[in-house]
Amino acid sequence: MSIELILFFLLALVAVGSALGMLFSRSAVYAALYLVLNFGTVAVFYTLLNAPFIAMSQVSVYAGAIMVLFLFVIMLLGTQSVPSSEVLPWQRPLAIILAIVLAAEAGYALFTRAAVSGSIPPMTETFGSPQAVGRALFNQYLLPFEITSVLLLVAMIGAIVLTRKEKGNR
Amino acid sequence: MVPVSYYVGLSAILFIIGALGVLIRRNPLVIFMSIELMLNAGNLAMVAFTRTFMVLEGQIFVFFVMTVAAAEVAVGLALIVTIFRSRHSINIDLMNTLKG
Amino acid sequence: MHLSEAGSMGLFFLAPWVVFFPVIGLLANIALGRRWSEKTIGAVASAASGLAFVASALLALSLAAHPEPVRWLIGEWIHSGNLQLDWVFRVDTLSVTMMLVVSGVGTLIHVYAIGYMHEDVRFKSDPGRFRRFFVFLNLFIAAMMILVSGDSYLMLFVGWEGVGLCSFLLIGFWYEMDTLGRPSWANSDAAKKAMIANRIGDFGFLIAAFLIFTAFGTLQFDGVFEAAKGISAINSPLIVMITLFLLLGVTGKSAQIPLYVWLPDAMAGPTPVSALIHAATMVTAGVYLVARSAPLYVAAPLAQLIVATVGAITALFAATIAVGQFDIKKVLAYSTISQLGFMVAGVGMGAFAAGMFHLVTHAFFKALLFLSAGSIILGLERGHHHLAHSKRGPASNKHEESFDPNDMRNMGGMRKSMPVTFWLYIIGTLALAGIPPFAGFWSKDEILADAFGEGFTLVYWLLTAAAFFTAFYMGRQIWMVFFGKARHEAAAKAVESPPIITVPLMVLAILSVIGGALNLPGLHTLTGWLEHTIAFIHPGEFQFNVALISTGLALGAIALSWFIYGLRPMKAGQPDPLRVALGPIFTGMNRKWFVDEFYQAVVLNPYRRLCLFLSEVIEGRFWHDWFHEKVLAGTYNFLTRIALNRYADQRGIDGFFNGVGQWTKDLSAGMRQIQNGFVRSYALAVLVGVVAMVSYLVLR
Repeated sequence: MSIELILFFLLALVAVGSALGMLFSRSAVYAALYLVLNFGTVAVFYTLLNAPFIAMSQVSVYAGAIMVLFLFVIMLLGTQSVPSSEVLPWQRPLAIILAIVLAAEAGYALFTRAAVSGSIPPMTETFGSPQAVGRALFNQYLLPFEITSVLLLVAMIGAIVLTRKEKGNR
Repeated sequence: MVPVSYYVGLSAILFIIGALGVLIRRNPLVIFMSIELMLNAGNLAMVAFTRTFMVLEGQIFVFFVMTVAAAEVAVGLALIVTIFRSRHSINIDLMNTLKG
Repeated sequence: MHLSEAGSMGLFFLAPWVVFFPVIGLLANIALGRRWSEKTIGAVASAASGLAFVASALLALSLAAHPEPVRWLIGEWIHSGNLQLDWVFRVDTLSVTMMLVVSGVGTLIHVYAIGYMHEDVRFKSDPGRFRRFFVFLNLFIAAMMILVSGDSYLMLFVGWEGVGLCSFLLIGFWYEMDTLGRPSWANSDAAKKAMIANRIGDFGFLIAAFLIFTAFGTLQFDGVFEAAKGISAINSPLIVMITLFLLLGVTGKSAQIPLYVWLPDAMAGPTPVSALIHAATMVTAGVYLVARSAPLYVAAPLAQLIVATVGAITALFAATIAVGQFDIKKVLAYSTISQLGFMVAGVGMGAFAAGMFHLVTHAFFKALLFLSAGSIILGLERGHHHLAHSKRGPASNKHEESFDPNDMRNMGGMRKSMPVTFWLYIIGTLALAGIPPFAGFWSKDEILADAFGEGFTLVYWLLTAAAFFTAFYMGRQIWMVFFGKARHEAAAKAVESPPIITVPLMVLAILSVIGGALNLPGLHTLTGWLEHTIAFIHPGEFQFNVALISTGLALGAIALSWFIYGLRPMKAGQPDPLRVALGPIFTGMNRKWFVDEFYQAVVLNPYRRLCLFLSEVIEGRFWHDWFHEKVLAGTYNFLTRIALNRYADQRGIDGFFNGVGQWTKDLSAGMRQIQNGFVRSYALAVLVGVVAMVSYLVLR
């Protein structure tokens, strides 16, 4: 049992736990905070997987920007308690059943076909470094990169337009 | 060295939890967060495979997913805010007018 | 018209004109008669008839020089397969004899009718009908001429039917009244009866014509008689059938048993009609037919015997009925039937000359008698009119609407009020009774002599008995009408008729006196004349004892009638002395031996019931109500409304298509539930899909 494995399980435990916490927490704020924890854990995983740039992006974009944005909106909308009357009574059990089925299938697939074929190339130092990622982004994947920036622009405009208060004569 | 199947298993668990969250929770914000969780799970699996097969494209892809997720969150939250303005409630079960 | 042959053919080109003159007359009256006065209408009609007589006379003269039969073609008619017939006028001694009688007596009656109808239309209050009468009279002359001058059985039949039509038209001249002028169906019923009885006879004629054509291949007289010679067997069934069917036609047209019943009813027509058609001319058509068909009859002695017997029985039968009649015209009508029986018996026996002789003389004195009777009736009408209009007050209105001027019981003592008519009537009576030297004696006697001589014994005795009754009822009539005292005021006030009526009568009277000269025994003028046409004629011998017996019987009958009716004249309201004497026999005679009632019960009522049955039950209830309505219409309606409409169309086709639509709607309504608007259920659906796909991929 190497240290990596132990670390992995510990972190996995935290990740799953925080996910479950987000799932079951009554308050939206707590759910958001749990999710932040989850994202952080996933960032650590990225680091373990030789993807430091991605890890930093995860922390700054996901946990830092997105979740903050979530928290802002939660604050804005107020944390109301959702009424307990159930409109679709059949939906919850069915969802749970389906989730279990999916889990079973996933487990089955993992345990029977988990073997990796072919040889694994050795790890290099600069594999997941920012330089490597940047070089790939700006050479081979320039077009998607630019398009993504356009997408961000569109999202910005969309967000602004959607939340603009309607004028009287519109 | 942790086998890649462990990471994939973890990713699967996180994904299922996220799916459950989308289906079970009635607060649209929590639903949205569950969607982010699902995306994250997919990212995790992607990075694990990158590491296994020494192909950098996985990380590039994860980068783009993150970007798109960010854009999506921005617009989605703007939508939720807009809906809240007209409905004054965020119970997703009350938003059922798009029906046949 | 073959004008090129006119020169060598004498005056035979006049042959068609015996028909054309009357036709021109009637067309003129139709077209222009509305503007003419009664005198003009009558003059035109009489002139047409007179010109026909002149043409007949000229034809006779031409024949005298050239006695062989002449055939004058005026046009094609039927050329179809084996049947080749043309409009051919046959001028031979027999047809010319008939032509002379018809046009001669006809013209006299036309003149008489001018005066008679002038008064009659005023008594019946319809002066506008005057013209119609003369149109019909001319039409009759034309049709009768076609009948006697036709060269084939078919052309004869055209005339045969034509005179039947004219008989109908003229009997029913006052169609909306009865003889007394009251509104009634009586006159038109009489016309209908004549038509129908004649029709039955025509049926016989037609069957005979069909047989003739089938057997001999032609209907033309010469051809038929030529072919008939080829049948050597005596009484061959074919000839017997032909002659007997012809006899059926004769009994219809010439009023023999069993079809005579129409003639007494035909007295409903005006008196000139009775005289012309039902005494002198139309009814003699049957006699002419037998005479014309002599070769056929001579070849079938069995048929001859039957014809003669029928004629004789009819003669006696009708004579007995005449004894019991009170209507002056009915007496004469039955007398006509009886005398026709004489004629039919005559030609039936093969005594064609005798039969034709009696035809001619009978035309003279019967026309005389009828016209004189008409004169008497008019006299009574004048008297009655006089009475009705002279008396004022309630008494005049009480004058009977039902005053019958024909009834002899209303007459009596008329010799004082109408002397001219009286003497004319006497002449006619003596001629009819067969008193020498009047015309009737010679002709009737020749028939009796031939019957006796040829061995037709039964026929002889029947005819002799009929002759006795003939004299008796005529005597009875004379005493009742002219002698004694008037039994009704109208008779006493009767006025004599004007000359336009009496002059034609005088001509006829003269002919009745001297007519016997036509065929005096020894001279046999008519026999020799007819011999050119009918080869089988032979002069009859004068049988002195026969003449003696018949004359004696006639005188005896007249004496008997004087004893019963003349010695103690009947008074008003007194029953007939013969009724007192004979009781039920007299009733039988008076009621025509109930023959009409018999026909009604045995023939007409069952026939009517059959017709009603056929029309109401078979045609109405079965065919129409049941079959058409229920079966056909019902089936059709069932098919269309129920089977096709309700089941096939509505439930079947509509159901199917509507069902498809409904099913689609239900399906979509069901499937619409999926879109419930809830995000979470949509998400669930996605998850379901994901699970399915993953399962597939994993388990593959």
